[in-house]
Amino acid sequence: MSVLVYTENWDGKFKKLSFELVSYAGKLAEMLGTTVTAVSIGSVDQAELQKLGNYGAQKILHVTGPNLDKLDNQVFSSMIVQAASKEDASVVLLSNNNSGKAIAPRISVKLNAGLVSAVIKLPVSLNPFTVVKKVFSGKAFTNVVIKTDTRVLTLSQNSFELIETGNKATIENFNPEIDTGLFKTSVKDVEKVTGKILLTDAEIVVSGGRGMKSPDNWGPIEELADILGAATACSRPVSDEGWRPHGEHTGQTGKIIAPDLYIACGISGAIQHLAGISSSKYIVAINTDKDAPIFEAADYGIVGDALKVLPELIEAVKEVKSS
Amino acid sequence: MKILICLSNVPDTTTKIKLVDNNKSFDKTGVQWIINPWDELALTRALELKDDPDAAVDKVTVITVGGKDAEPTIRKALAIGADDAIRVDAEPRDAFYIAAQIAEAVRKEMYDIIVCGIESSDYNGSTVGGMLAEILEIPSVSAVSAMNVRGSEISMNRDIDGGKENVTVPVPFVAIVQKGIAIEPRIASMRGIMTAKTKPLNVVPAVQEESRTEYAGFELPAPKAACKMISPDNVRELVDLLKNEAKVI
Ligand SMILES: Cc1cc2nc3c(=O)[nH]c(=O)nc-3n(C[C@H](O)[C@H](O)[C@H](O)COP(=O)(O)OP(=O)(O)OC[C@H]3O[C@@H](n4cnc5c(N)ncnc54)[C@H](O)[C@@H]3O)c2cc1C
Ligand SMILES: Nc1ncnc2c1ncn2[C@@H]1O[C@H](COP(=O)(O)O)[C@@H](O)[C@H]1O
Repeated sequence: MSVLVYTENWDGKFKKLSFELVSYAGKLAEMLGTTVTAVSIGSVDQAELQKLGNYGAQKILHVTGPNLDKLDNQVFSSMIVQAASKEDASVVLLSNNNSGKAIAPRISVKLNAGLVSAVIKLPVSLNPFTVVKKVFSGKAFTNVVIKTDTRVLTLSQNSFELIETGNKATIENFNPEIDTGLFKTSVKDVEKVTGKILLTDAEIVVSGGRGMKSPDNWGPIEELADILGAATACSRPVSDEGWRPHGEHTGQTGKIIAPDLYIACGISGAIQHLAGISSSKYIVAINTDKDAPIFEAADYGIVGDALKVLPELIEAVKEVKSS
Repeated sequence: MKILICLSNVPDTTTKIKLVDNNKSFDKTGVQWIINPWDELALTRALELKDDPDAAVDKVTVITVGGKDAEPTIRKALAIGADDAIRVDAEPRDAFYIAAQIAEAVRKEMYDIIVCGIESSDYNGSTVGGMLAEILEIPSVSAVSAMNVRGSEISMNRDIDGGKENVTVPVPFVAIVQKGIAIEPRIASMRGIMTAKTKPLNVVPAVQEESRTEYAGFELPAPKAACKMISPDNVRELVDLLKNEAKVI
């Protein structure tokens, strides 16, 4: 038996979410009395792979080969399923990010395994195997029982703490059999966001709504984000108006995020907006309307003009940072 | 070319969730049911492609796995412009059960592009589309934010963490679509509403299939503590709280 965790890499590097995932796998393996095997697809150097050991992987299966730098859902799921069989995995764990969402369902069908996506914590019971996830866009939680002996889980980003074990993993080259006819996805063009903190990865997010009045007023939002090491976000009308790029829109129909801190400037706090941000650990709201619904979701609030408050906030953060 | 849109029938996004039956289920009285927002955008894009002579789309079909109570939602899709509809007569049990039902319908009549939304706004699974593709053993492209069809060539943009990729796959395939696939959902015209009544809505029986997961009960989030208000004249206090109380900066 084992817990198998698929650790995606980005140009040969892992991210915080990879380590969250392995930390979760480690605790889950402890509950199940078993070990953690990580599977990594594509070229990653030994030192980087060994980082997974530090967060609790005992064994790492490393798959390399041509055409593995771009995701093909059929190919990747087939390789992970072969790793799961080899390791006799009772749980296969992936991140609930773009690629995890794309391949976990396929893995679950191949393994005849029940799947629960976006779990937020360790199972609350092993028998029956019961996990917790959010439903109704964050308006409720539910316990889901998986009835099969093999289970596939995807973990919500930023919902589990990092646990360093100082462990050293054994690294094994793994060569699953792949029918070349299976490669059907061809990638014609790639557009990368560079040099910016990704919204889904960010621990702090500074976000603006229609209350910011004009795209020309985003300077202070960007400056605050810059000094906090934060990503920038916005409400839907702001991206619909073309004030900000679409990738920044958070909410039910945009990105769903769970940073440690979300600073909402001139955002009313509509239920569809909250659906994307209510998992944030702390929410700060700056709004001129003391009755705006955002204050019901917020931990700290300032009733005031964001255009006046933001410059002061920037100064105050600078002071604290330099002291 | 034929397109199949999988429609999930969900409570309106502003529905207040009230638990009943010992927290085993939620109160459905007075709930307004709608087409899952992403499925509505998927339908909109499919109809735009059908209107485009270069795209060669002849037919747009919608399918829902659900009881008779899902029919108003299906009729709405027909009113918006779908050519015909299938309702698999079964209460959805879990994602695998739903995917298995849709797969059966696709085996009976092949579609070139099968479209699912990225998630249902009720149970937030993000799983039916991928499962369906795997059961049918056909490719899937996930997180699709644009789809263009020129004759038989179909290209899509998909989101990856940190960017976008332009991809193609051969038909038939499943596209799992999200924001961007269409901008504003198309709404039904008066004529559409009139003709929807006469369009075919085929009710088919469910195939025998087990569910693999089960909802054991719901819980509402604990009420949030009151928001701490800080005077706009004392922004420094906010920064101190974030640093010393919340410890997030
Ligand atoms: C199916 C559906 C899905 C949706 N999905 C999303 C989604 O994913 N994300 C999303 O964001 N929305 C979504 N919406 C839209 C949502 O309902 C709201 O319309 C939207 O969130 C409002 O954006 P806003 O808060 O920026 O603007 P507004 O509602 O216009 O609020 C502006 C706020 O700024 C305040 N303000 C004004 N001036 C100032 C100032 N100088 N300083 C400080 N505050 C000021 C005002 O008091 C007000 O509270 C969706 C809607 C539907 C129907
Ligand atoms: N009962 C259903 N009938 C038809 N399609 C469905 C049903 N449930 C989900 N889907 C499709 O699967 C997508 C993702 O749903 P889910 O995996 O439940 O989050 C939806 O956007 C629909 O396209």
